[in-house]
Amino acid sequence: MDWINIIIQGILVGGLYALFATGLSLIFGVMRLVNIAHGDLIVASAYLAYGVMQLTGVGPLTSLIAVIPLAALFGYLLQLLVLNRTLDKDILPPLLVTFGLSIIIQNGLLEIFSANSHKLNLGSFEIESIHLMPGVDIGYFPLLTFAVAVAVVFGLQQLFYHSAIGRAFRAVSDDPEVAQLMGLNNRTVYASAMALCLAVVAVAGVFMAIRANFDPSMGPGRLIFGFEAVIIGGLGNLWGTLAGGVILGVAQALGAQIDPGWQLLSGHIVFLLILAVKPQGLFPKGAA
Amino acid sequence: MVEPLLSIVGLDAFHGDAQALFGLDLALQEGELLALIGANGAGKSTLLRSITGLVKHRKGMIRFRGEDILGLPAHVIVGQGIALVPEGRRLFPSLSVEENLLLGAQVARPGPWSLQAVYELFPVLREKRKAPSTSLSGGQQQMVAIGRGLMSNPDILLLDELSLGLAPVVIRDIYALLPKIVGNGLSVILVEQDINRALSVADRFLCMLEGKPSLQGKPGDYSRDQITNAYFGT
Repeated sequence: MDWINIIIQGILVGGLYALFATGLSLIFGVMRLVNIAHGDLIVASAYLAYGVMQLTGVGPLTSLIAVIPLAALFGYLLQLLVLNRTLDKDILPPLLVTFGLSIIIQNGLLEIFSANSHKLNLGSFEIESIHLMPGVDIGYFPLLTFAVAVAVVFGLQQLFYHSAIGRAFRAVSDDPEVAQLMGLNNRTVYASAMALCLAVVAVAGVFMAIRANFDPSMGPGRLIFGFEAVIIGGLGNLWGTLAGGVILGVAQALGAQIDPGWQLLSGHIVFLLILAVKPQGLFPKGAA
Repeated sequence: MVEPLLSIVGLDAFHGDAQALFGLDLALQEGELLALIGANGAGKSTLLRSITGLVKHRKGMIRFRGEDILGLPAHVIVGQGIALVPEGRRLFPSLSVEENLLLGAQVARPGPWSLQAVYELFPVLREKRKAPSTSLSGGQQQMVAIGRGLMSNPDILLLDELSLGLAPVVIRDIYALLPKIVGNGLSVILVEQDINRALSVADRFLCMLEGKPSLQGKPGDYSRDQITNAYFGT
């Protein structure tokens, strides 16, 4: 029963990793931008929620009503005013600029909120669970996290394949030059994609902050989990990204069972193995 | 005399440091079909790409309906009413046939062309509308590319290398439909390798050589030899 429990908990944590990863997958798919500051933006969203909760007294999930639009607006402006200038044939400028952004965000958070860790409190919901069988309990909150991850992936998939803005995303991704001939302003399409990415980042940040303590230095770690989930699942495939998150979550849970020190290591090992055997990821674009 | 629909004066265009067009002049009247002929590298595609705003590095004057459009970005120019069917068709591979067409209507200009009208012009596309654009034959892809250009209801349609890479029978079919396409008073600039084909449908032609016009006029005004000489610069 222990192993079943471990695997189930791993799968549910995988939902959180998928939330870390979908935004990365989305913007890489639309504009080939690798955002090194992605993890820091997740942590910054958690602090934003913390700030909103302090100001208004609402709970963490309610705070999303304010945090999601604020994060999306920030993403839109970030892309329009900064990141669009880095996009060209050369892949290095976006990496350097987002790396700089990562440092700015970490130090900004440190300056404002100090290095002390915080946690967003969801009350008793955090510890309630469904008793499935002896030794196997499913917490409400991990279940909610996973359900939200599935809903986010499903929603993005619908948006991508059944809406005008999704069509525009795919068109600029396919051929940015011809997309302009259709009257699409690539810069604002990219900005919309980044806004969408940051909306998902906001959700990821709040769920991360309810699950465990967070502090300003956590961003790069979340970035690695997100990257690994994206690569395992295959670039450009959102359902694959969800699967990648789950594989990562299960690998970590199993590793932790062998030895607590093996939790992160086993995740990285599984990632490297998959990269070595299937460099395109398990579900590359077009296979879905 | 009324100002032409499109007038280009002294246009220079560059690819990096290399100059591709040298002080080119061109006038397109309303409802006219102008054939642009010339050898590879003569600057035909560069001219079309300059008109639509894809070539950023250019000098001179491009006036459309009396307004200077030289400084406008490509996505605005299409909204003004100039659509390009690019060389090599360049359909969006991850979009279906119908999605490609719908994207052409992104600028939502009013006019005779709609999904319905395009499907009536090319009935085969209606059957394939859910298919990925990559699954189509070359001729069908060219139909999608033309339809996509028409969906913006342009005043000027620029057709770049319409018959490139297509079987002769397919080329004949597409040219047979050209009168239906240019009806409604559409003005067209047609770039074509096949000189005979181009001259047979054109009201006027412009032969280019190394970024400059080498001969222009009505197809009947010149002998084959004169046009061939202008084409090869002999």
